[in-house]
Amino acid sequence: MTLLIGVLSLGLILSFLALGVLISFRILRFADITAEGSLPLGAAIAAVLLARGVEPTLATTAAFCGGLVAGSITGVLHTKFKIHGLLAGILVMTALYSVNLDIMGRSNIPLISAVTLASYAEWAGAAILGGGLSLNLFGWEVSTRDVSVFASVLIAISVAGLILYFFFRTNLGTAMRATGDNDQMIRALGVNADYMIVLGLALSNGLIGLAGALLAQYQGFADVQMGIGMVVLGLASVIIGEALVGSGSLGLSIAGAFMGSVLFRLLVAIALRWGLDPNDLKLITAVFVFLALVAPNFLNWLGKRSVLGEENRIGAR
Amino acid sequence: MLEAQSLAKTFNPQTPNEVKALNGVDLSITEGSWVVVVGTNGSGKSSLLNAIAGTFFVDTGEIHLDGQDLTRRAEHQRAKLIGRVFQNPFSGTAANMSIEENFALAARRGMSRGLTWALHAEFRESLRERVQRLNLGLEDRLSNTIGSLSGGQRQALTMLMATWVRPKLLLLDEHTAALDPKSADQVIRLTEDIVSRDKLTTLMVTHSMQQAASLGDRLVMMHRGQIIHDLRGAEKRRVRVDDLLARFEEVRRREQLDETAAEMLRQAYI
Repeated sequence: MTLLIGVLSLGLILSFLALGVLISFRILRFADITAEGSLPLGAAIAAVLLARGVEPTLATTAAFCGGLVAGSITGVLHTKFKIHGLLAGILVMTALYSVNLDIMGRSNIPLISAVTLASYAEWAGAAILGGGLSLNLFGWEVSTRDVSVFASVLIAISVAGLILYFFFRTNLGTAMRATGDNDQMIRALGVNADYMIVLGLALSNGLIGLAGALLAQYQGFADVQMGIGMVVLGLASVIIGEALVGSGSLGLSIAGAFMGSVLFRLLVAIALRWGLDPNDLKLITAVFVFLALVAPNFLNWLGKRSVLGEENRIGAR
Repeated sequence: MLEAQSLAKTFNPQTPNEVKALNGVDLSITEGSWVVVVGTNGSGKSSLLNAIAGTFFVDTGEIHLDGQDLTRRAEHQRAKLIGRVFQNPFSGTAANMSIEENFALAARRGMSRGLTWALHAEFRESLRERVQRLNLGLEDRLSNTIGSLSGGQRQALTMLMATWVRPKLLLLDEHTAALDPKSADQVIRLTEDIVSRDKLTTLMVTHSMQQAASLGDRLVMMHRGQIIHDLRGAEKRRVRVDDLLARFEEVRRREQLDETAAEMLRQAYI
């Protein structure tokens, strides 16, 4: 049970990443891999500030802003300097590796003794649930700390999801969605598509920076390598979400992104339990995303083939 | 209203693919006038529209609309004054968004877009009413994605979107070319309704001689990036499809003559 709650909490934290990827890949249709740099950037900023005793909410907000800046740089490289979107992301991601090292001063910062949002959650949990170290949940013995962290993350991601949902129904948000859908149309309707792309990428990477900051506080350290494989991870979550609830509407996409993120974490935990070598995790994730991307075409092809086969057989008769 | 002076544009200059799309076009359109542009493929008629809309900047020349200099203004800045309908029905609408959201986008053409709700009851009501007038039976499907509609329906909606906020100039770029004859007919009738009702200044490119002869109050024929005929008033009203075809034939023959004459000269002197 403790393991399950841990997995769910991690899944929820990473759903901030999934929301970021949803904005860039699905809504703006921009293959943005800045995430690999902006996630550790968020973690680095938060960790450095927390280690110096800065207020956790302030440190987390700073991490969000760091992501905003990273995303807008990618956006400006793409729109103003006409650099291919993928390359713009690679440039910023590569630069961020050094920036993150500069911010942290070394490759790893432990947060064991620092006051973090996780400590806040713990205190709030203790105040609400009583002072006990563990708690009986449906007959399972679980630690109060885990439950309160889980509950706080759940609240945070629900609020973020709602805000995002409402944002995408405003005039500004609608224009941003249309930019990804049909930029020719949106320019003809007087929207500066470049501005929308910069803004969208900023928002996307802000959320990803936030995911980094929360991840660092949850696992108790920030590491300069923690961004590797994050884009594919986020994409996997988004794809699973689409498989679960479809991509028919905005609300479903957002809900799907975090359901996908949690489910993906669960699947990973189960696979690791079965004895999957953790080193193979990224390979498996990449293969999974590959399969998810080609499956629709493959099924289509299979469908056509069987229909053709049917016709041939009928023709032969 | 619209003043375009000596517009010139060369694509891919100094390369083997060099194309002189516009070669000194002067066009001035008075308020409320409906100008139809015809021409062969590559004559520059679509380029003229795109130059005015701001899809690209012209190499030389100036564009003024409603007293404002648009020459160096970006496409999205010109959109405040200009409504557009494209040839491709997919170009004018956001396929994955609902009909009402598409209209919400169109209703703020040229205005700022902030953090206010895109859709509200009042807007939905007026949208329902205006869509009902199209007689396409779409008024009860306003929350469906626009991508689920046929090309003709989408083009009719684009027409309504482009004119939701009254444009100073309406640009129609072969907007019925990709439609089946029945839908094309519907869209043309809708165009006539809207343009005459709102007294819109309109610049329309068409490949259909039928439309060119019957629509508008002025006809411009383009060839090789230049305007070669400009018929107005009574002259325009007299024009028949056959006359237009004859003029095209004349252009073609002159072209051939040029080439054979050049060939003759070459053989005689080189």
